[in-house]
Amino acid sequence: MSQVTQNPDDDRKFTINFGPQHPAAHGVLRLVMDLDGERVERVDPHIGLLHRGTEKLIEHKTYLQSVPYFDRLDYVSPMNQEHAFALAVERMLGIEVPKRGQYIRMLYCEIGRILNHLMNVCTQALDVGALTPITWGFEEREKLMIFYERACGARLHAAYFRPGGVHQDLPQDLLDDIDAFCDHFLTVLDDIEGLLTNSRIFKQRNVDIGVVTQEDVMNWGMSGVMARSAGLAWDLRRSQPYEAYNDMEFSVPVGKNGDCYDRYVMRMDEMRESVKIMRQCIANMPDGPVSSQDGKIVPPKRAEMKQSMEALIHHFKLYTEGYHVPEGEVYAAVEAPKGEFGVYLVGDGSNKPYRCKIRAPGFAHLHALDYLSRDHMLADVSAILGSLDIVFGEVDR
Amino acid sequence: MTDLQNLAEHIAAGLGDKLAGHAMHFGELTLDVNPGNIEPVLRFLRDDPACAFTQLMDLCGADYPNRPLRFDVVYHLLSMTQNCRIRVKLQAGEETQVPSVTGLFDVANWYEREAFDMYGILFSGHPDLRRLLTDYGFEGYPLRKDFPLTGHVEVRYCDDSKKVIQEPVSLVQEFRDFDFESPWEGAQAAGLLPGDEKAEQDGQEG
Repeated sequence: MSQVTQNPDDDRKFTINFGPQHPAAHGVLRLVMDLDGERVERVDPHIGLLHRGTEKLIEHKTYLQSVPYFDRLDYVSPMNQEHAFALAVERMLGIEVPKRGQYIRMLYCEIGRILNHLMNVCTQALDVGALTPITWGFEEREKLMIFYERACGARLHAAYFRPGGVHQDLPQDLLDDIDAFCDHFLTVLDDIEGLLTNSRIFKQRNVDIGVVTQEDVMNWGMSGVMARSAGLAWDLRRSQPYEAYNDMEFSVPVGKNGDCYDRYVMRMDEMRESVKIMRQCIANMPDGPVSSQDGKIVPPKRAEMKQSMEALIHHFKLYTEGYHVPEGEVYAAVEAPKGEFGVYLVGDGSNKPYRCKIRAPGFAHLHALDYLSRDHMLADVSAILGSLDIVFGEVDR
Repeated sequence: MTDLQNLAEHIAAGLGDKLAGHAMHFGELTLDVNPGNIEPVLRFLRDDPACAFTQLMDLCGADYPNRPLRFDVVYHLLSMTQNCRIRVKLQAGEETQVPSVTGLFDVANWYEREAFDMYGILFSGHPDLRRLLTDYGFEGYPLRKDFPLTGHVEVRYCDDSKKVIQEPVSLVQEFRDFDFESPWEGAQAAGLLPGDEKAEQDGQEG
């Protein structure tokens, strides 16, 4: 698992190899670490072990066929990523998503945020020695993934947010069940907090570890929880609102110390805010269509195809050739649970993206690992890595 | 929208001839610069109080093989205080040395390594221009348009030699790349077919 090379001139200096298979690496990450005793002098992350060439593949697929690749980036919160791609394509096509579609998107984005934060908080606790939270957290994740499944048929690879809206409407009993989940979930959050927030061991491992200042945020392109932990009240849902986030009432938790402990507390708070948004979405869910009515972009319903020749032609054309997107370039970003997830899309007027750059928040955060771990102890590296919230699907793409 | 227009004018006035041009599309502002000017331009955008683009959110390459200078290097900047985004683009050839901006933004380090890895764009003054995402010992630049989707080599574990080996790609089935460049409005492009005029007369389908 790890190899140690000792410097012959100085018996305190070590170079150790961490990973690529290591339980605290949150995936396949290889770190080459220079140590002075137990003090970290340099960390060189070797990434790309999960590189699948997503951007290259997207260049060879139509816009609709590109959607499922986004589920496979950050597979902990799949729909949030599809969202950025859908927003980019919609901006280029100049189409509007109907109100109900927007509310369903927000509802599922917040479910994705809870999925992500539960995973992160629980595995980070595991990294620093708390074994119980993960069993409680994963029980709730399982319930949320069933909500994913009931909406789109898949627990992970949803392909649910499509350019123009969402794929299918939600039945009322699903909305009722999500509403019922919200009440119960808050008590589970309290339970997890009861285990961690005041735990002496958890605090010893996280307080004042991996401190991020506002200058670091600027310099290292940090976003999301990382940026907010340094005291910057920056949340794209508030500052550059998309969908109907303007109609929602929620607060943005902001940290004070910028350390790993602050980030844990903020993630717990963000889950509570997400529950608030989910409840508002369900309570105010508008009626109407869930996706754009433009037949040249959004395929018809199956029932309609049986009746209308026009719908049948549209269906055939959309699922073979796809739609053409005008020439130009856009950058669309959403507040994904891990930070700013952006899609830079270049269209050349054909049915395939000419270039699709995926801006993953974890990429910038992992880059800062070297800077954040300097002069920390070896054991702190895994605590910092945990609180950076890394998933290799999106870092390596 | 007008804010961005004002910002564009402010930047054009502040940068003078360092700016090769600017354009607004889809409500986003794009600045064009020459490779030699990228460092002072980004420094101005970062330090000018009316711009304050203090975060480099993204840096990537793009390939246009038909142009004399085939690559674009695209910088996406974000200003939290002004709450706006801006895109800076420059064109580079295979031989062009694009000045690295790692001195301005630490995060540019990995982004430039990625652009080098994927396109072979060279950045001068970069502290550590190694490959980032591809395998150790990888050859070629995978995101170039002339690089095949399937790549050139495939990797497998060879049980005879007891190690991982690389072999030329052999596909059981040819990669299917359909040509869909047919016009969507086929009938109209070819002119009205006999009987089409009836649809326009009363708007009813038979």
